[in-house]
Amino acid sequence: MDYEMVSTEFNNALKNKQLIGGQCQDCGHNCIPQRQVCPKCHSHNMEVITYSGLGKLVAYTVIYVPPVDMANAGYNSKNPYCSGIVELVEGPRISAQILDVDLTNPENIEIGSQLMMTIIMRGEGENKSSYLAFSPKK
Amino acid sequence: MTRSKWARGVALVGSGMSKFGSFLEKTSRDLFVEAYLDMQNSLMKDFSPEGIEAFYLGNFSSDLFEKQAHLAPILASWIGISPIASLRIEDACASGGVALRQAALAIASGQYDVVLVGGVEKMTNLSIAQVTEALATAADTQFEIPAGFTFPGFYAAMATAYMAKYKAPREAFYHVAIKNHNNGALNAKAQFNKTIFDILTSKKARAEQKGRPIPTWETEIEFLSDPKANPPIAWPMTLFDCSPVSDGGAVALLVAEEFAKDFTDNPLYLIGSGQASDGALPDRDSLSHIPAAQIAGQEAYEMAGISPKDVDFAEVHDCFTIAEIMGIEDLGFFPRGEGWKAAMSGKTSRNGEIPINTSGGLKAKGHPVGASGLGQVNEIWKQLHGKAGQRQLTGQPSIGLAHNVGGSGQTCVVNIFERRE
Repeated sequence: MDYEMVSTEFNNALKNKQLIGGQCQDCGHNCIPQRQVCPKCHSHNMEVITYSGLGKLVAYTVIYVPPVDMANAGYNSKNPYCSGIVELVEGPRISAQILDVDLTNPENIEIGSQLMMTIIMRGEGENKSSYLAFSPKK
Repeated sequence: MTRSKWARGVALVGSGMSKFGSFLEKTSRDLFVEAYLDMQNSLMKDFSPEGIEAFYLGNFSSDLFEKQAHLAPILASWIGISPIASLRIEDACASGGVALRQAALAIASGQYDVVLVGGVEKMTNLSIAQVTEALATAADTQFEIPAGFTFPGFYAAMATAYMAKYKAPREAFYHVAIKNHNNGALNAKAQFNKTIFDILTSKKARAEQKGRPIPTWETEIEFLSDPKANPPIAWPMTLFDCSPVSDGGAVALLVAEEFAKDFTDNPLYLIGSGQASDGALPDRDSLSHIPAAQIAGQEAYEMAGISPKDVDFAEVHDCFTIAEIMGIEDLGFFPRGEGWKAAMSGKTSRNGEIPINTSGGLKAKGHPVGASGLGQVNEIWKQLHGKAGQRQLTGQPSIGLAHNVGGSGQTCVVNIFERRE
């Protein structure tokens, strides 16, 4: 699948169950999402690449007071959710919802644990769209 | 490249703030005027508003909070200082500190001699969900917010990275809240003018009055560890780890050093200032500290020609308790990984090694985001002039530092003030 170098393509790729980012063809730096200028060496020679979707958890939280979109998706203080930052095996980090972790004992969620991407749907009707999430690697 | 010194010296000659809190009957202009009049009262000599040449306003989002954008000319006109140049500076929760720095840069450039700096935010008109939504616009709304993050969530995530790296216990965060409430209890302008011990005592008394079972908490830590009393907001950040939603205004008057004595016999000098930026949280070099804060601090120290040990006290941006712990490390007061130990052992209390947030900090004083950075400056003004009342530091402090962070660390500005004999 060919993607253009615009930031909105990230979400289009998620619809195709693909996690895309940018790779600098001059210095090799990988970033996510893709961007037109390399944040490390300032080169314009960037290409869209597809990531494996494998990574590890580097920071997380279990959220009990959700923003409006997450509240609309059914989350609240009785039904919290985990959001985290995942470091991909290719290097860059990305924010995502973290699924299938022990929400009743947040201290047991392990930094460094291996994760795999998955795509979830949130929202109703016109607002329904694909979101990036990760769950423990089986 | 930044210059290591101002092109000419900048002095703080007046400082004021409104009471911080929740004021349904007041708008941004009322809060701003309250702070402006308080600033006038802080001046020792006659002051003529006609002398003000420009007005820099720190404000995060009156557009979202009050459906009023373009606030600077409105406030200028409200106090009769039109038609001077009036502009709004927006760098999220660092807007106030950044507005002060921008005003200083304008004075240092030689373009203006007298600049009024304001900071204001009126947040309590909206519901908590709407406030959360408005604050979220200070993050990367395209790539972070869809992950479900909230502001407590960002700092909570940094807290998990910090706890994992340095084996810090959750209890360390509670000590920040306890200390800042102890300080806020001595500040009549604080939103929470109560110690956590006062709060737990009054909750027990109320339970007894109503014939309900009396909670067994004896200490603040027992109270804070009880999820019924202190529920999680974004684990590991609990209700008492979070600064409140607030209304408030703060004002500072900056002038070229050569004119300072025309306004007051006791000016403070802005001897160092630094500012830095960073990407969204995942793009940072570190998740267990705030790189922009370290850079801004270094820049300010270099300009002032001092090191962290020369600072007598600091107002550190404690929007969440973890933020204060990272802040005291980013500013070099404690080595990496030692901040939580310093918080637990009382090194940051009023009689500690380096008193932090004697005003009560954002945690207890309140966090009207655009005003917070200038509220910090007001505490430095009071402490350096010996006017901090019951919370006055002993030993005649001469150097105070203000550390103001925007968002989850995309912006940080550090300003250092000195009192000269």
